[in-house]
Amino acid sequence: MAIMAPGDPGSVSEPGQPTPTLLGPTGGLPAPAGGITGVRSLRRMTRAVTSNRKATVGALLLLFFCLVALFPGVIAHDNPNAEIYPRHLGPSAQHLLGTTAFGQDMFAQLVWGTRPVLLIALLAGFGATIIAMLVGVASAFLGGAWDGVLGLVTDVLLVIPLFPLLIIIASYLHGAGTTVLIAVIILTSWSYTARQVRAQALSLRSRDFLNAARVRGERSLYIIVVEIIPTMTSLLVAAFLTNALYAVLFSASLQFIGLGDPSSTSWGTMLYWAENAEAFQTGQAQWIIAPGLCIVALGAAFALLNYAFDEIGNPALRPARSMRRTSVKRPG
Amino acid sequence: MRFVLRRLGFFLLTLWVALTLNFVLPRLMPGNPALAAIANHKGVISPQALKALEAQFGLNTHQNVVAQYFKYLGNTATGNWGESLTTQPGNSVAHMVLDAIPWTLGLVGVTTVLAFVLGTLIGIVGAWRRGGHLDSLMPPVFVIMTVIPYFWMGLILILIFGVKLHWLPYFFTYNITLTPGLNWAFISNVLEHAILPAFTLLITTIGTWILTMRNTMITTLAEDYVRMARAKGLPGHRIMFDYAARNAILPNLTGFAMSLGFVVGGAILIEEVFNYEGVGYLLLQAVNNDDYPLMQALFLLITVAVLLAILLSDIGVALLDPRTRAAS
Repeated sequence: MAIMAPGDPGSVSEPGQPTPTLLGPTGGLPAPAGGITGVRSLRRMTRAVTSNRKATVGALLLLFFCLVALFPGVIAHDNPNAEIYPRHLGPSAQHLLGTTAFGQDMFAQLVWGTRPVLLIALLAGFGATIIAMLVGVASAFLGGAWDGVLGLVTDVLLVIPLFPLLIIIASYLHGAGTTVLIAVIILTSWSYTARQVRAQALSLRSRDFLNAARVRGERSLYIIVVEIIPTMTSLLVAAFLTNALYAVLFSASLQFIGLGDPSSTSWGTMLYWAENAEAFQTGQAQWIIAPGLCIVALGAAFALLNYAFDEIGNPALRPARSMRRTSVKRPG
Repeated sequence: MRFVLRRLGFFLLTLWVALTLNFVLPRLMPGNPALAAIANHKGVISPQALKALEAQFGLNTHQNVVAQYFKYLGNTATGNWGESLTTQPGNSVAHMVLDAIPWTLGLVGVTTVLAFVLGTLIGIVGAWRRGGHLDSLMPPVFVIMTVIPYFWMGLILILIFGVKLHWLPYFFTYNITLTPGLNWAFISNVLEHAILPAFTLLITTIGTWILTMRNTMITTLAEDYVRMARAKGLPGHRIMFDYAARNAILPNLTGFAMSLGFVVGGAILIEEVFNYEGVGYLLLQAVNNDDYPLMQALFLLITVAVLLAILLSDIGVALLDPRTRAAS
């Protein structure tokens, strides 16, 4: 009960990392009617993204960062790590954001730094969602002792303060490279989604389309993969967005306090070096402002998409104006 | 009663998991972290502390792991948390932790309450004036505000109000030239130092309260009993607070109870950015210095605070809402 409580802005929230519930008490999309196939609900989602302004902005932002991460060389021609320029240069045509205290081109660092951040966000978001799906579905369908054990593990993980735990693990490891960072974030952040998945899987258990599959004599693996998981598409997408958002904030925070890999080029690492070089005191505020803005923009992309899905699932939350418009077109 | 006992059992189980994590994690890591710490801080660590560290991490000992484990549990239970290795060598960990707690409770505790009250009120008014300026601006603005990293917001406020405008101090808990005491000079200095970190925390956390309250309240406003209140011609503010908000506040209240637990470990990075000498700052100091006894004690303290808050909020909800008791 308390575990599903919305918003504990402290905890998990450490790096501005709001709990999964921040986007409304439902914490994601309500269950779609059973039996909708994955393809159809995906198509519905695409339509929803184009019709909701928050979703459009979020999707465009995400697309933008994906393009930058795929082709950083097209935008920034400098080597982000080469310490070859005069130090502390201000912004100019050659160096759009100036140079760092170590003589690196700041704009190149920002552009090349997109890739690791996005990689961590997507992989950690994906990994956490997959584990949550497996654990959630397994505990709902195996039931009995399995359900008890898996449920207990999930609950315990849910209340242990994750950010301090992450800090301590990273500290024992004396800094975490990208792979370790992803693994640790996945291991510590799947629990909330697992609970949601389990609840939804339980509510499906006695639906007719599942009974029909059982009567047809399908194996349980088939039933789970083909019949059940597709009905959870929207829940899983919402969970992925939330988990990806946390991964961005967690990893940036760990890198900022020097527990990432300080030699990697990433927004969080930029902030770490900027803070160490006292960028404010040397008049290089852009060294701190720019990477932070990028983190906020990427985080906002995930959060806006998620909030938009919440609005789509719960029409009452939509902006009042568009509500009136739709009610004129389609009365009732 | 059964419900409370069950939650108590869960509390003890989770506590045990946290204790065990503290014990197992360093032993699982590739290369014993203690060895690295000893190598990194040669000369700083006293022979006596070295012995304690070896015992803690199972180095140079003939005791088997199980015996080590029970000794560790016993030491933790009796408040025997050891000495700081490197941060304040030789100082008692329990002492250092107790020194840091009041600062965090003051800064983060007060701000959490403030953010909850303000955020809930803004959410209520926003949902009530559906379609107004406030309401149409609110969701996108606060969705974005909730994703701002704490530490970055802190840095930006330092830039604006500290470095550029010189309005407020942004380093340390108070001016160290002052002697702590109950006089106005000291108290006002402490308050001055708390403004920027408090404001950072307020800005980054208030969005969650606003959005949760608004979204629940909108659902509540569509209920029949609200319609009936309107039909009876009750004044607007009575409908807003006594009918709609009162029924919509439960999710925010349970969230609040939990966030009180996170107060202790809640603002690690804010404390770090402002060098505010609370629990979070101490934790990061311990991390930077490989001060494992201090680190473990702080992690345990933070976990216990969260668990206590969850236990209390569970009991509170069970008292307030009979449905919870029935469901369990």
